[in-house]
Amino acid sequence: MQTLLDAFLNAFQLLTSGDAELLAIVGLTLRVTGIALLLALLLGLPVGALLGLAGRFPGGGCLIPLIYTGMGLPPVVVGLFVYLLLSNQGPLGELRWLFTPSAMIMAQTVIAWPLVVGLTLTAVQSHDPLLPLQLRALGATRWQLARTMLRESKLGVFAAIVAAFGSIISEVGAVILVGGNIRGETRVLTTAIVLETRRGEFALAIALGIILLLLSLLANVALYRLQQRGVQR
Amino acid sequence: MSAAPMNQPVYELSQVQKVYDGRTVLNLAQLTVYRGEILALVGPSGAGKSTLLRLLNFLEPASQGSVRFDGQPATPELDLAQRRRVTTVFQRPLLLQRSVRANLRYGPGLRGQKLAEAVEAEWLARLGLTPLADQAAPKLSAGEAQRVALARALVTEPDVLLLDEPTANLDPHNVGIIESIIQAENQRSGMTVVLVTHNIFQARRIAHRTALLWAGELIEVAQTEQFFNRPGREETAAFVRGDTVY
Repeated sequence: MQTLLDAFLNAFQLLTSGDAELLAIVGLTLRVTGIALLLALLLGLPVGALLGLAGRFPGGGCLIPLIYTGMGLPPVVVGLFVYLLLSNQGPLGELRWLFTPSAMIMAQTVIAWPLVVGLTLTAVQSHDPLLPLQLRALGATRWQLARTMLRESKLGVFAAIVAAFGSIISEVGAVILVGGNIRGETRVLTTAIVLETRRGEFALAIALGIILLLLSLLANVALYRLQQRGVQR
Repeated sequence: MSAAPMNQPVYELSQVQKVYDGRTVLNLAQLTVYRGEILALVGPSGAGKSTLLRLLNFLEPASQGSVRFDGQPATPELDLAQRRRVTTVFQRPLLLQRSVRANLRYGPGLRGQKLAEAVEAEWLARLGLTPLADQAAPKLSAGEAQRVALARALVTEPDVLLLDEPTANLDPHNVGIIESIIQAENQRSGMTVVLVTHNIFQARRIAHRTALLWAGELIEVAQTEQFFNRPGREETAAFVRGDTVY
């Protein structure tokens, strides 16, 4: 118990010291998470909306269960495939992304994409099936229809954003594999926590854990406030 | 209801079939809808009335045959500007989860236009919606919501308004408002109206012509007065008398 208390005190000191390395780790975590979330949303929201609007389509019976399966993809397996893709002998080896933040962003995007697609398509499908017909009857083009349905599904879309953010910022298995946890280059909060715990530096590990939780809390408070504003409109 | 001029066809349907999963739900030999008329489609559930409206609004293509709109093939691939001349009000209001005002602005917004404030205010007033303008659509009663749905369609100034049971389950007050607006707009702008209704009294009140659809086939189409008083087919007579169990 005393050890745990000491660790929390040390963590507090570290948090208030403005340590440069710690700030760099936090900065990289935010950058990787932000870019991966943005990519997952840009690539996932339109696909989710279009699949949700497509109704019964050839191959839908296979594709949608595959996306649902992807929502629970083991991150370490994703990491392994991204590693193989980006390794020197892999098809994307020439990009030289392995053990860089780009590889981490790629893996995080792959992990979050099915979550965004799956939750978005479910939200779009939850509307009255006549609503898309009504919007087309009012003159909506295909893209205007998808955009309107996304806006009408804003609660589901917010759920997708929150779920994707949570999966990205808390992910560790894939980013260790493809990022390598290199000090000053690819070390993020989760991989740093793993490292410091292994080294017995519990105070530092707890400090990093507290920062991770605080960042997650702040982001979710901001998303919740946005969501509430959306509901009231 | 006085007769509408019947010299300009808007829709011309010939040998039209619509098949879903191998089942023929619509099988029309011939039907013409004329500019400026109110045509009521009556018939039992499953007669193909709503399917016909979807073809007329270019929401689905016919499986076979020809549907022409102002002389052009009426398919979902028809030019966007042409498609936007037609709109539908369904039985359920299907409003967006926004304010009443935002729902009215939706159609013009799709066209890259801004609904003029005076026009918006006029429609809100005509449909008794002014006090509800800023209210969220999900909080409206059924009658209020359907009036918003009608206003949302009419602000786009359609040449053709398709109505799929627009007053089913509404109280007489709301039915009266909706019918009077439809008639007034038909007379004011010459807007063509195709009205699907189970309510033969409604057809009798507002339609210039009435058509009976049965099991996907057109049994009879005639001037409303003739349809109800001197039907040409025994099936129509039985339907009008209420002898038909469906």
